Amino acid sequence: MSERRPSPAVAPAARLRERRNAERRFQLYGQAAIGIAISFLVILLVSIIFKASSAFTQHMVDITLDRPDFAEQSEFTVTEVNLAVRDRLTELFPEAGAERSTRADLFSITTRLAVLPLRERLSNDASLASQPIRARLALSDDLDLYLKNEIGRHRSVRVGEAGRLSRTDSGLFRLTDAGPDGFVIFQDQVQAIAADPQDILISLGGAWFELERVSGAVLVLSHLAGPLPDLGEQASAPIRATYLNSISDNRRVSLRQIAIMLHLKERGDISRRFNGSLFKNADSTYPELAGVAAALIGSLFTMLVTALFALPVGVLAAVYLEEFARKSRLTSAIEVNINNLAAVPSIIFGLLGASVFLNTFGLPRSVPFVGGLVLGLLVLPTIIIASRAALRAVPPSVRDAALGLGASPTQAVFHHVLPLAAPGILTGAIIAMARALGETAPLLLIGMVAFISEVPSSPNDEATVLPVLIYKWFSGAERAWEPMTSAVILILLTVLVAMNLIAVLLRRRFERRW
Amino acid sequence: MLETLGHLPIGWLLIAPLAAAGFFAFYSGRTQIGARTTGSSISARLHSQPNYHGYFLTFCTILPAALIFIVYLLFVESHARGTLIGELPAYLTDRGDVEVSFFVDRVSEHARQRTSALTGNLLFDASVERFAIIKGGARALAFGLALLVGALGFRWGQAQLTRDFAARTYVEQTVKALLFICAAIAIFTTIGIVLSLIYETIRFFSLPDGPGIFEFLFGTNWNAQTGQNFGAVPLFFGTLMIALLAMIVAVPIGLFSAIYLAEYASPRFRNWAKPALELLAGIPTVVYGFFAATLIAPLVRGFAQWVNALPFTPDTLLAAQPTSALAAGLVMGVMIIPFVSSLSDDVISAVPHSLRDGALAMGATRSEMIKQVVLPAAFPGIIAAILLAVSRAIGETMIVVMAAGGRALITLDPTSDITTVTYQIVSLLTGDTAFDSAKTVSAFALGFVLFGITLLFNIIALRVVQRYREAYE
Repeated sequence: MSERRPSPAVAPAARLRERRNAERRFQLYGQAAIGIAISFLVILLVSIIFKASSAFTQHMVDITLDRPDFAEQSEFTVTEVNLAVRDRLTELFPEAGAERSTRADLFSITTRLAVLPLRERLSNDASLASQPIRARLALSDDLDLYLKNEIGRHRSVRVGEAGRLSRTDSGLFRLTDAGPDGFVIFQDQVQAIAADPQDILISLGGAWFELERVSGAVLVLSHLAGPLPDLGEQASAPIRATYLNSISDNRRVSLRQIAIMLHLKERGDISRRFNGSLFKNADSTYPELAGVAAALIGSLFTMLVTALFALPVGVLAAVYLEEFARKSRLTSAIEVNINNLAAVPSIIFGLLGASVFLNTFGLPRSVPFVGGLVLGLLVLPTIIIASRAALRAVPPSVRDAALGLGASPTQAVFHHVLPLAAPGILTGAIIAMARALGETAPLLLIGMVAFISEVPSSPNDEATVLPVLIYKWFSGAERAWEPMTSAVILILLTVLVAMNLIAVLLRRRFERRW
Repeated sequence: MLETLGHLPIGWLLIAPLAAAGFFAFYSGRTQIGARTTGSSISARLHSQPNYHGYFLTFCTILPAALIFIVYLLFVESHARGTLIGELPAYLTDRGDVEVSFFVDRVSEHARQRTSALTGNLLFDASVERFAIIKGGARALAFGLALLVGALGFRWGQAQLTRDFAARTYVEQTVKALLFICAAIAIFTTIGIVLSLIYETIRFFSLPDGPGIFEFLFGTNWNAQTGQNFGAVPLFFGTLMIALLAMIVAVPIGLFSAIYLAEYASPRFRNWAKPALELLAGIPTVVYGFFAATLIAPLVRGFAQWVNALPFTPDTLLAAQPTSALAAGLVMGVMIIPFVSSLSDDVISAVPHSLRDGALAMGATRSEMIKQVVLPAAFPGIIAAILLAVSRAIGETMIVVMAAGGRALITLDPTSDITTVTYQIVSLLTGDTAFDSAKTVSAFALGFVLFGITLLFNIIALRVVQRYREAYE
């Protein structure tokens, strides 16, 4: 402060200005710090909500099985039902032909297991098998993503009026323009985009073709999907070209699949619906069929065990330390120990669980019972500390009055102090449970990452929990897992917010100032 | 019979009769003493109220039985496994402990299912059946023993109940003892952690293919998954590097937020800004990990590539990996902000007002008062807050697992992927792992180091906070 000493005449004013500026700067730093922290929070939430939003809807394809060719039986296997669906798809799209790769394109618009709900319907009501069934199947994840993200980049233009359609020896089609210029303008356009190559689909009267090349007045096409118009004169039916804005090499969806999707969409057979399987189903290897049900129930069981273990033990320990413990070396050791335990990294509790519960006591891996115990130990110090604070907030006059009326110390505590401290204890407990609900690392170490395709029915069944499901789906290779993961995060955060809200409301409602 | 019993899911089976017996004992104790003192003003002639007699009888009945159940729960599995292993044919046991324990794992898992589906493997099916029988036998024994002890306790307790029996004294002493046990569980947890970590660590260093202590602590080559290289220095380096990056973010932001909230903010602003900051601490770490890996890591990579492409930098200046120390560190820093800010806020608010008033009265501006009076006074507390935050950063797992990569490197380049102690613990212990290989056990040695370091930081920080409190309160 004393290095730059201005001349005496201006000194006071200039220095004051400098000090006021410093003051303003300092305040600004504080505001900026809070602003940065809160904007991080907002960015995090917004980005996750944004990513998750697409996972709550899903594209489904309606397929009507006209004469499902099932034998008379009550049990249907996935393979049988799947075969019926494939037969129907072959009927709808005969142009896929017999070649392996094109048939694979056709059949992979839904995955094998997508017929599970249909199979269930059939098993419940065998009479359905003898009449036409309308089946709604989940579109496979890549196609679903394409419809959600890419189809908006398609550009569709009218390029002429159809003249004559003919078939060449090699199975391709030739289409002439009824207009005077032929396809000259279109050819120029196609050549213009040669620098930025992209696939082009041509549609004519409900049929979809791939544009092989434009040669002067003729389009050379190969048929991909949709019923082929009669060969010959086309009576000036409109021809539309769809620019896909991508080429096959950097797309996960083939041109034929896009044509099939566009065709089905035009017929109204593809619809975007609420993704019910996200809530109903257990985990699956296919993103479009995977759901959180098993993890939700697993979390519930785990929390149940945690609460049953940690709440009574934590509260009673707090009662002992706050109300009964005499100052002794042992009790102060317990106190220091609890404070330290609260700051031990959570993964250490996972090591404890793996070594003691799994290895020494031989308890089973991956079950909510063990997970709940580990989380219970983890949140025990938090519950003890919160409960002690709540007990301490009850004024001594309450104890003194009870004792003065002849209650024993135990009676004073259990009849008077504890009920008065209950709201505070409950608030702390809910917050501790919220922490346990979001904990991942210790559960990884006791094997709760197993692939669980069935909803657990007791705390002793193998299970997984929501945060671990987030981690697992995050590690999945398919791109569709990312929105799915965000959706689970959103579900988890909603539960956490609800729990914290309850805690806040409890505090508001019952908080007492003594 | 025993086999069916062995297959039953036992947990609920235990609690229900115990609770029923407890209720029964309570009511019979209460009415028994009530019946003996028919007439007016029952309680006046009793030493303790009838309820206490009920409680006394309940304790007599269920506490010993509960003890037996706990012992049973803790030891049945290892007993059944031990017995089964003893009975396995020699050709299986000769294949080594890992093989055997894997086999018994599967047997145990199978036996836990309610209906035992035959697999066709004769030895396996026979083992499952035998395992269920052993478990069922132990279960029947525990159940019978508990029943016997409970009945004996009940009889004994009933004999004690007289009009001037001091039931309340005994009940209250028992309650206090139970309370103490609850408080002691915290101690047992610590002891459990320390003992298990020490035990496994000693085992690690005495394994034939394990390293020496010096190689572990000072070796620079870590490759536990495939090789047998257990030099943990790259892990320590990575952990410290990411913690440092996190602190670079968290300390200034947290500290300035705390100062602003404590000294400048209006109560209204404080009322919503403080919970908003604390929300950051309530978000599960796996969510931060996802955020770091999917949003921040690509940004960091893009930035590194941009720097590499600058005309005056060499093209390979930064590693620009898809997962990076910087991404993990930045997000971890954000996560830690509330730990720094709320603790610092507390210590800053605890500085006595007389100090502030004195400084302001001398003509200091608010910021001068804060910088020259409040912060020096709160300095030890702030250091403690930072230490606690560092310990949190060192122990943080999911963010680094998801966003920091797994290569054991020693590099100062923050855009390179890097590995940490916690990352390695998770990757070594996830999946089906036998507890006998050096690879698995090394996770416990790492955990031991982690526990030791964080404990040291915590103890120092808590000491400082306590001193500081004593100085101002």
